[in-house]
Amino acid sequence: MTRPQIILAGNPNVGKTTLFNALTGLSAKVSNYPGITVERRRGTMALGSVTADVHDIPGTYSLHARSAEEEIAFDAIVGHRGAPVPDVVVLCVDATQVARPAYLLLQCQALGVRCVVALTMVDEAKGATPDPRALGELLDCEVVGVTARTRAGIADLVAAIDRARSRDRRAIWRWSPEAPLREAIEAVRPALPQAWTTPARDAAPDPAPDPAPGDPDPDAALALWALTCIEPRTDPHDGDELDVPDALREAVLAAASAHPELDLDRPILARWAWLDREIPRLLRRAPDRSRTERIDRILLHRVWGFGVFLVVMAVLFMSLFAWSSPAIDAIDHGFKALGGALRDALGDGVLTDFLVDGVIGGVGTVLVFLPQILLLFLFLGFLEDCGYLARIAYLMDRIMRSMNLHGRAFVPMLSGFACAIPAIMATRTMERRRDRILTMMVIPLMTCSARLPVYTLVIGALISGSPVVGGLLMVGMYLFSVLSSLAAAWLLSRTVRPLRANRLPFLIELPPYRWPRMPDVLRMMWIKSSMFLREAGTVILACSIALWALLAFPRELPAGARDYRALIAAAPDADTRQALENRHKAELLAHSYGGRLGHALEPAISPLGFDWKIGVGIVGAFAAREVFVSTLGIVYSVGGDADETSEPLRKALRDERRPDGKPAYTPLVGLTLMIFFALACQCMSTLAVVRRETRTWRWPAFLFGYMTTLAWIVAFLVYQGGRLLGFS
Amino acid sequence: MTSLAEIPRGRSAIVREVAGPRAFRRRLLEMGLVPGTPVRVVTVAPLGDPLRIEVRGGEWSIRRAEAAQITVEAAKPGRVP
Repeated sequence: MTRPQIILAGNPNVGKTTLFNALTGLSAKVSNYPGITVERRRGTMALGSVTADVHDIPGTYSLHARSAEEEIAFDAIVGHRGAPVPDVVVLCVDATQVARPAYLLLQCQALGVRCVVALTMVDEAKGATPDPRALGELLDCEVVGVTARTRAGIADLVAAIDRARSRDRRAIWRWSPEAPLREAIEAVRPALPQAWTTPARDAAPDPAPDPAPGDPDPDAALALWALTCIEPRTDPHDGDELDVPDALREAVLAAASAHPELDLDRPILARWAWLDREIPRLLRRAPDRSRTERIDRILLHRVWGFGVFLVVMAVLFMSLFAWSSPAIDAIDHGFKALGGALRDALGDGVLTDFLVDGVIGGVGTVLVFLPQILLLFLFLGFLEDCGYLARIAYLMDRIMRSMNLHGRAFVPMLSGFACAIPAIMATRTMERRRDRILTMMVIPLMTCSARLPVYTLVIGALISGSPVVGGLLMVGMYLFSVLSSLAAAWLLSRTVRPLRANRLPFLIELPPYRWPRMPDVLRMMWIKSSMFLREAGTVILACSIALWALLAFPRELPAGARDYRALIAAAPDADTRQALENRHKAELLAHSYGGRLGHALEPAISPLGFDWKIGVGIVGAFAAREVFVSTLGIVYSVGGDADETSEPLRKALRDERRPDGKPAYTPLVGLTLMIFFALACQCMSTLAVVRRETRTWRWPAFLFGYMTTLAWIVAFLVYQGGRLLGFS
Repeated sequence: MTSLAEIPRGRSAIVREVAGPRAFRRRLLEMGLVPGTPVRVVTVAPLGDPLRIEVRGGEWSIRRAEAAQITVEAAKPGRVP
């Protein structure tokens, strides 16, 4: 016998996740729906003597699918497209706002779904809670009040779910459509795919030919759903993106043109008319929002509100930037020490290099992101659950909207100053795919912390030793990154079709303030972080190893080169030996595949004033931007452990000469290099995480392509423009 | 008859009609902004947009341009009943 399938549905912000955790305990598993990053939470629960699967689906206000998330919710509730047909749908209803979720319940029942209502937030609603029994009688389903944090009512809810399994499918509200709509429904009904029809979805017998009131007619409801949701694709902006069979689409469009007078708002209005007639008499009094209003008077105040906002953002930013650095350094040092110990134990050799520089280095590359990711998800989970994240979107919407970004894009973009990897993962707080992807496409333009070593080296070596000038330039680079990301958002949202703004209303619910439940926050933090390690981490590791191989092979200099090994062995003192070893490493790198790639890149980057040595640095920087510095350290024979403040490296850069004897790296080249690094997508981890979040290589490829092109063009203009103006 | 965008902060109004493209209009209707529903403009965001409205016991942020699509009839000052 197959397991009973239970679905947890409801509006957003109703405590669905807490209820899911309370029902499933530790059995919960999180994965993604194929195609998009909408988290898919599954778990099991005991239902009498059997084990049932519980699915937590995205929060939604209606089953009329307009976004990918709503389509998932619809498919899950109806049992389409591979989703199991649910035995019972548990609808979470916020006790302070009963009517809106009841609308969803009417839609579910019409589709022939057995429903149980879990009345959440009962503790918050207090006296405003409707009587569960009266509500249950009205909606013709069991209504159980629960407080998931204290587990109060959970046992009753489980018992109600168990009883509902064997109930008939009933719909309390049946609408009697007018003639044109009825005809349109009958015209569309035969075009419903066989798999969608009631007998196919349900083991139950065919619906009675003449259903009695109270018996739902799911096929008619599906036909109505299709009529409402499927739109002609006349305008590329408009029209739905639903994945429905062509036959159904054609039938809907034919029915719509046969009945031009068809008014599909009517069923919506009719449901609300019924709810507005029946629900108010169950509500004893208005819910008390005075606490939330008091808090909002401060947090959304035009002066204090921004003050608090700045403090919250400063704390978030500091935690990502400064507080995580001890942990990042510890991981860094830990892996270096581990590599060193392994090298000592194994001795020199290709296997040692592979293990130490490729594998251990690669794992280190992945793990250094973990402190920031954990911190960011801790903050986001807390801000989301307490209700402040929605307020940030409200406060910042005016600014973000002018760039066609979502108000909620603010926090991810700010996080981008620390690191693009957690920032891109933070875009999940936005519901719509289009908003998420647009934000992901511009986050990598923000000045992340890995660019700072590059800027520090370039400013110190080539532009100015003065801390004031250096500081001003640094601030300038930050401003430049903000402006370029906003401009890119504006431009992309106007030119790239999937990123264009759509015409859905931008409504954000401002939920009441609630104290977050820390076990839930911590659990989600860990689940999301471990998904990063599992999915993006493996790609980053593979890329690290490939990049290591690119720079480490071939391991011998071409025939005829100096025999460094003999020279090193014959070196008279330690300094000479060190210098020779550095020269050897530099020549090996120059002849490696990566070095040859740097040479091959020279024609492409020489219009920017860069030579092949910078080309090698750019290749190496693909592992992480700061690797540019250590790669240059090797190229200039000052050793691979050179950092951005290394004086020998700075001197080597200043002393580099072109064949004609002029300095190779002028301040203008330095500025061009900084501009190039500011705009180019020099980070394989960013691409890996975008791939992981969008579930396709298309978007990372687009990101890499557009940023590299942009970087080249702007760097070209800066360098050649500077030369025209007389700078060298 | 005015639009929701013109209702001063703190004032209530009754929804009379929702205009705009199909999908946009239906989404607002489904959220419960149907004719006859009382709405209160709680306040306006510090930068002048969006509006914060109270409808059916919940609070929402709605952009001014979208609120302009909702025709309302101004009610007396006070809370949403």
